[in-house]
Amino acid sequence: MIEIENVRKSFGPLEVLKGINLTVSKGEVLTVIGGSGSGKSTLLTCINGLEPIDSGRIKVDGTEVHAKGTNLNKLREKIGIVFQQWNAFPHLTVQENVMLAQVKVLKRSKAEAAAEAEKQLKHVGLGDKLSVYPGRLSGGQQQRMAIARALAMSPNYMLFDEVTSALDPQLVGEVLDTLRMLASEGMTMICVTHEMKFAREVSDRVAFFHKGVMAEIAPPEELFGAPKDPELQKFLAATH
Amino acid sequence: MFNYSFRWNQAFASLPQMLEGAWVTIQIALLSMAIGITIAILLTVFRRSGNKLLSGVASTWVEVARNTPALFQIYMVHFGLGGFGIHLSPYLSLLIGIAFNNAGYLAENFRGALKAIPETQTRAARSLGMSQGQAFTNVVMPQMLRISFLPITNQMVWAILMTSLGAVVAMNTDLFGVTKALTDRTFRTFEYFAIAAVIFYVITKVITVSARLLAARLFRY
Repeated sequence: MIEIENVRKSFGPLEVLKGINLTVSKGEVLTVIGGSGSGKSTLLTCINGLEPIDSGRIKVDGTEVHAKGTNLNKLREKIGIVFQQWNAFPHLTVQENVMLAQVKVLKRSKAEAAAEAEKQLKHVGLGDKLSVYPGRLSGGQQQRMAIARALAMSPNYMLFDEVTSALDPQLVGEVLDTLRMLASEGMTMICVTHEMKFAREVSDRVAFFHKGVMAEIAPPEELFGAPKDPELQKFLAATH
Repeated sequence: MFNYSFRWNQAFASLPQMLEGAWVTIQIALLSMAIGITIAILLTVFRRSGNKLLSGVASTWVEVARNTPALFQIYMVHFGLGGFGIHLSPYLSLLIGIAFNNAGYLAENFRGALKAIPETQTRAARSLGMSQGQAFTNVVMPQMLRISFLPITNQMVWAILMTSLGAVVAMNTDLFGVTKALTDRTFRTFEYFAIAAVIFYVITKVITVSARLLAARLFRY
């Protein structure tokens, strides 16, 4: 379970999270929508401790992320995150990309890591690209590789930060299909996205962020069907 | 008037000795590069560490190595340290002097290479649970060394050529030293140094060509 309690966060004078309260339970798929600068991506990087917070609390399976004694490296094994920019490691093959953290962080043997990498890469449809360098892959394939890389760590949670925003339109579908597959397998996920159709289909709940505030959160039928927040109404009108 | 008669046979007869000297030159260059690269990586880490003392030491090293003559650097190792009672052999003085120079130049190359590696690479590694150190050694450093591959090759060539500066600390077993000793005995300066020049040229050419071939094989991505 991910528990977010009254989290505040500023970059200099700009307050990007103004007291966020949110709980994501096991197996839930939460999507987060909102305009740019609404704080939704920042929230993700706060959840796995890549960004410090100013006040409030984030707990993942009971462990407080920003507490002094928390072993963030240990915590991050449980929380996979995939970014808008996939950040393939260009000097490693696709399979090695997926193996590296397994070997270095989880201390799996090379053989184990290779087998797990192969399994995850097949899972995301890259079974025939194991020994290829990422530079040879399309953006969509690289993004799926990044998803496999995160999944290979056997995380309890997956965070997706606008993973289709940097892709050519014709490549968006294959990545969204991968996310749909994960959702149907019961992975606990938080997806920050601009894909409204996708959010409507896969989410248990959808949260709308506006200027650092979570303005509305509801099941998709409700949030898209009968939005209450005036900013959300404007946002949906503009995106549809 | 030009009435110098060439005596190539005598010079060629000394070829085995000169090749032995060439081997010492190659050894020094290789060792100085191994040491230089290792120190350059440390200097790079120091400069990024945010620690004032460490980054100060690293910056000073780079500044001195790049902005003073290599000859001066080798001279200082031998005679400068001698003043403090540290007496090093010509071989060691030359090796340390060249390694000092290599480290400074390479550290600067590495800094440039790091600029070409997006910060998000580290972020991706960290988000997979790697520590800062693991992220650097497994993700950033390999890319840094690949980007710096050609500058490293250049420095290797430069290291071969710098061994000739050993003359100033009475180094007499490397290619230049051996050649110098032979000419002192025979006065056939032109012949001997022409041969030495060809040997230097062949060594450096082999380095640059094999580096180019190696790069094509290594960096397929």
